[in-house]
Amino acid sequence: MLFDKFQAMADFQAELAQRQVTPFGAVTEKILSATEGIVEGRPVILAGTNNYLGLSYDPRCIKAAQDAAQQWGTGTTGSRLANGSFAEHQALESEIAAFYGLDHAIVFSTGYAATMGMCATLAGPGDVILMDADSHASIYSGVKQSGAEIIRFKHSNPEDLAKRMRRLGDRAGQALIIAEGIYSMLGDVAPLQEIAAIKREYGGYLLLDEAHSMGALGDTGRGAAQAAGVEADVDFTVGTFSKSLGSIGGFCVSRHAELEAIRFCISAYIFTASSSPSIIASTREALRIIGQEPERRTRLWENANRLYQGLKSLGLAVGPTASPVVAVEMVDRSQTIDCWKALLEAGVYVNLVIPPASPSTNFLLRNSVSAAHSSEQIDTIIAAYAGLRDTGLLPVSQDS
Amino acid sequence: MTDYQEYLDFLCSALESQNKKNIPLNENTALVADIGLSSLEVMEYIEKIEDHFDISIPLNILPDVNTIGELAHKVKELNL
Repeated sequence: MLFDKFQAMADFQAELAQRQVTPFGAVTEKILSATEGIVEGRPVILAGTNNYLGLSYDPRCIKAAQDAAQQWGTGTTGSRLANGSFAEHQALESEIAAFYGLDHAIVFSTGYAATMGMCATLAGPGDVILMDADSHASIYSGVKQSGAEIIRFKHSNPEDLAKRMRRLGDRAGQALIIAEGIYSMLGDVAPLQEIAAIKREYGGYLLLDEAHSMGALGDTGRGAAQAAGVEADVDFTVGTFSKSLGSIGGFCVSRHAELEAIRFCISAYIFTASSSPSIIASTREALRIIGQEPERRTRLWENANRLYQGLKSLGLAVGPTASPVVAVEMVDRSQTIDCWKALLEAGVYVNLVIPPASPSTNFLLRNSVSAAHSSEQIDTIIAAYAGLRDTGLLPVSQDS
Repeated sequence: MTDYQEYLDFLCSALESQNKKNIPLNENTALVADIGLSSLEVMEYIEKIEDHFDISIPLNILPDVNTIGELAHKVKELNL
């Protein structure tokens, strides 16, 4: 039967409905600020929105979007190759390229389309891709479409990457290496200095997804490559406007002039409508703001450290280092669902992550921190976890 | 050059530690349907094979592999 393969998911949905939990369908009924909303009828602190710099509710970005809608209308009603390329799109491409100190940029309608499109197009049949095993679904989707030979290396393991580059022999010089800056589920930062050194030794090209690290890392917020001092080794940087920039859309920037030819070979760019003018305008304003307000990044990391240390001191199983993404590792699905529901009832909205969205077989409660969170809000989040721990719902790390 | 049987022998021996049901392993044994390997266990098994033969097994070939024998043929091709 056509629908048989969906039965396990239908059963899972029925289980959630029976337990009156809606982790994947929780509706935000009202947004009160960048960090507060009404979810499932309750006022909550938003701690799972990837709104790292708190710009989704910035009045300047909202005003820019309003003005653009007034001037350009609500949508482009077409693709960039047809009628959807407005002066605003080209301006954003120039500005995102300049932000990275590069000459070439493509703006996509979503971050997923940017990453998937580049991964699907750069390498093709006869080429080889080496990708981190914990890559985002957009990368897996893209490389699958590429027709290239796909080889995974162990997550953030330079030795394994080097071994696999060595095994490629002469083909290593043309290989496409794919990694991410901050990994979205656990918040860990890729060992980019080591990866760049391997690329320098064996050759190849490096595509880096800075979706969760743009705005959060680097002296000017360019991301993990800037923080690691290896930007010159990155051939293609992809990212999103839907996290630190608070809107929606994606981009690819590169020093390679060939990006202009590649642009016209990317299905995810050609065959979809371009971003609406209001989205482009708010993104441009947000990009300007993060260039002028580095204190937002400082505040983000103060909050990230506060939450990380707070959860760690509770004895919870968090990652090895602080990050804007703080994931609490859980034991099983049932317990994770119960805790997610209890946190919501305590006024804290986080992300429930279960396989295959999580790496390996992890069950996670994923928190994302914002520069807009107050210290009191971070403490409230920690207190909500402490309440769960005290009831015995949360697993305590053996290291504590 | 290693022949098919030698690949098969190694692939069977490398699987023993993951053969929790203790079923007889031969070229017709299915990795998932018979042994019940999870996707993570399949990747651990693949890694053992890669390191033994010093090769990388592309993800692309895995959808065509169900049995130990099918995998042995693929590994033999990759190691030529």
